[in-house]
Amino acid sequence: METLSLLWDGFAVAALPINLLLIVVGCFAGTLIGALPGLGPVNGVAILIPLTFAFGLDATSSLILLSAVYYGCMYGGRISAILLNIPGDEPAIMTTLDGYPMAKQGQAADALAISGVASFIGATLATIGLTLFAPMLAKAAIYFGPADYFALYVMAFATIGGITGADPRKTLLAALLGLMLGTVGLDPSTGVARYTFGSFNLYDGFDPIVALVGLFAISEILFFLEEKAHGGSMVPPGRVFPRLTRVKEGLGASLRGSLIGFIAGILPGAGASLGAVMSYSFEKRISDKKGTFGHGDPRGVAAPEAGNNAASGGALIPMLTLGVPGSGTTAVMLAMLISLNIQPGPLLFERSPDLVWGLVAALYLANFTLLILNLPLIGMFTRVLGLPAWGLMPLVVAISYLGVYAITHAAFDLLIMVGFGILGYVLRKLDFSLVPIVLGLLLGMDMENNLRRALSISGGDFTVLVQSPIALFIYALTAAFLALSLWLARRGVVAPLHAEQAED
Amino acid sequence: MILKLNTAYAAGLAVGLLFAMPATAAECIAPADPGGGWDFTCREVGRLLSAEGLVDGNVQVTNMPGGVGAVAFANVASKRANDPELLVATSTVGVTQIAQGKYPAGVETMRWLAMLGADVGVIAVDDDSPYQSLDDLMGAMKGDPASVVTAGSTGAGGWDHIRLMMLAQAAGIEDIGSIRWVQFDGGGPAVTQMMGGQVGVVSTDLGEIKGFVESGDIRVLAVLSDEPISAFPDLPTAKSQGYDVTGYNWRGFYTGGGVSDEDYAAWVDRLQKLYNSEGWQETAKASGLEPIWRGGEEFSAYVAEQNEQMAEISRQIGVIQ
Repeated sequence: METLSLLWDGFAVAALPINLLLIVVGCFAGTLIGALPGLGPVNGVAILIPLTFAFGLDATSSLILLSAVYYGCMYGGRISAILLNIPGDEPAIMTTLDGYPMAKQGQAADALAISGVASFIGATLATIGLTLFAPMLAKAAIYFGPADYFALYVMAFATIGGITGADPRKTLLAALLGLMLGTVGLDPSTGVARYTFGSFNLYDGFDPIVALVGLFAISEILFFLEEKAHGGSMVPPGRVFPRLTRVKEGLGASLRGSLIGFIAGILPGAGASLGAVMSYSFEKRISDKKGTFGHGDPRGVAAPEAGNNAASGGALIPMLTLGVPGSGTTAVMLAMLISLNIQPGPLLFERSPDLVWGLVAALYLANFTLLILNLPLIGMFTRVLGLPAWGLMPLVVAISYLGVYAITHAAFDLLIMVGFGILGYVLRKLDFSLVPIVLGLLLGMDMENNLRRALSISGGDFTVLVQSPIALFIYALTAAFLALSLWLARRGVVAPLHAEQAED
Repeated sequence: MILKLNTAYAAGLAVGLLFAMPATAAECIAPADPGGGWDFTCREVGRLLSAEGLVDGNVQVTNMPGGVGAVAFANVASKRANDPELLVATSTVGVTQIAQGKYPAGVETMRWLAMLGADVGVIAVDDDSPYQSLDDLMGAMKGDPASVVTAGSTGAGGWDHIRLMMLAQAAGIEDIGSIRWVQFDGGGPAVTQMMGGQVGVVSTDLGEIKGFVESGDIRVLAVLSDEPISAFPDLPTAKSQGYDVTGYNWRGFYTGGGVSDEDYAAWVDRLQKLYNSEGWQETAKASGLEPIWRGGEEFSAYVAEQNEQMAEISRQIGVIQ
């Protein structure tokens, strides 16, 4: 059991007082950064990098701090998603689907507890996976080619139609709109500018996080202003303390979500958002027998949260063992490691065992810290809903502007954000769900890039897409999913019935 | 009340983190998001400039991403052409964009200060690949240009692609337009896809993939430098194999076109002192850069020449008209 003794040495590194302090500080800061709309793990980590240099931390301590922030952000992203229907970061989009309806029913505390425990399960299982199988999994991930990634994205899009409670046609239309918006910018494989109207500001396309803050936060505020004019009421705070029985309802979903998320995380071309999407749609297919998903089902909160946290843990595997980042955040961490003269890659485990195992041990500690930190804070977070709206809403606007500017450093993107806010308002008036738009934007770009790569490899021959056994397996799985949902629909057990009840 | 304090604290913390860097006179614009090469250039050079006492206080790093550097270029040209305290990080990638007309103006708009180091291009294959030397590879591609799938971290017409095309031309391959090129989001992903058998050859910067070179997972057929590089003296250059091609991805700076000769000379002088410092020599090597100096008028002439050369190749491969 060489791994265990190495891990034990790692705990000796992680338990140094300075590192323990960094874990607690990092987890707390991460939770807050993750909870603020717009500020997510990428900029949380990027903001802290200069501080690690300023304090003269060594490579291990720096990495421990940044990983604690990274994990903390993944926990924090769910908070505003549940309480305000504004995802704190991209992977938390899926958490709004069932989290916000739960909050509307006065169950905000339950939703926060369920998602907190689900996050813990997802992140802990991923860390165990990282401990036991990191080098092996990295080798397996290498065999995923562009055609296989494309199949994975096809699967995600094939299941999008059923994700939200709204009319499936509107869901697909919204996803299509997201895909179209995703084509704006320089074409990565040829450098040709698409739909930029000669503006350099559009060369990089629409940053999904800018679109997300606009669509969710700004449109929410426009809705609030309208409701205020009509004398509408806010979401009730409800219970302050969560119930253990509700937490138990999410356990099975958390385990399934963790597995799916972890796999998505290991694949360098996938990541936490895809992990959350797949976890949610898979859970919905197998568990949604009464059509309660989308109306505040605890399993719909647990699955994507476990999924995105497991994916963040999984994404560390290709970063450490291959030097290939599995997500935007790990890309920033990779750059920091290189500037500290640590070369992640095939030799890292042999050359810097202190760093690797110190980090792994710190991740276990960070998970427990986050769980302990987050559960008592639930009472405090739910009281956000009790805040007078005249105080809360301006704060949301201020944080949205600040967050977006902090990421993009471009005043132009603030205009883009407002544009998306108005678009979001109009679409919600027309009864469209906003989630598929962001998914279209977020996943569409990666899907296109992988299709282009596959076709570049084959010289334009489309049969390359179905030649790999991995891709064929994914297509078969997709077909099985679709067949299952058709069969369920014919038996008449899904949404329509429930939707009528809900409208009463 | 507790809650209000907490929310206020959260907002306060966020603001505090955002403005943690104190404002100072000298500023370096990184025309990219934090984490990339240009950001690294600004942060490391900025850190060393103040550590070596070459500037007062800290150098403030501003990230101004967009248009592969075009947004920062346009901003400096229109608003800060006379600012004597401004550095803008750039590299061969920026000049490629200028050469292909993707910036609002040409190289003559700016004053080019210096390059402090360069990442060196490499041509690598998997360790199981049948190609043992550059001759093997070029021979196969000469027989059928589409027989080997090539890849790198830029799109078609980007520097990774152009360097490979220069090599193919040197080998006498005429139909370079039919060589298959695949873009990945970095040298690391391109190499892992090659290890998985998806592509046959990778052309990219050595610094991005040196972990794989050290571990022996890939075989470097050629480095595109004049002399063997100090970190890996055993890797053969393309020149030593009879292909007269070099492909440096240099890292350097420009400043606004309206900056006075006096201020321009002062910056070149400061950067040269920085280049000669032990701190820079170590930092450069640690991050996989070969320390190479070109400054002042010599550097300006080099940039102008590279600009011409790239425009010429881009026309030949049909990226521009």
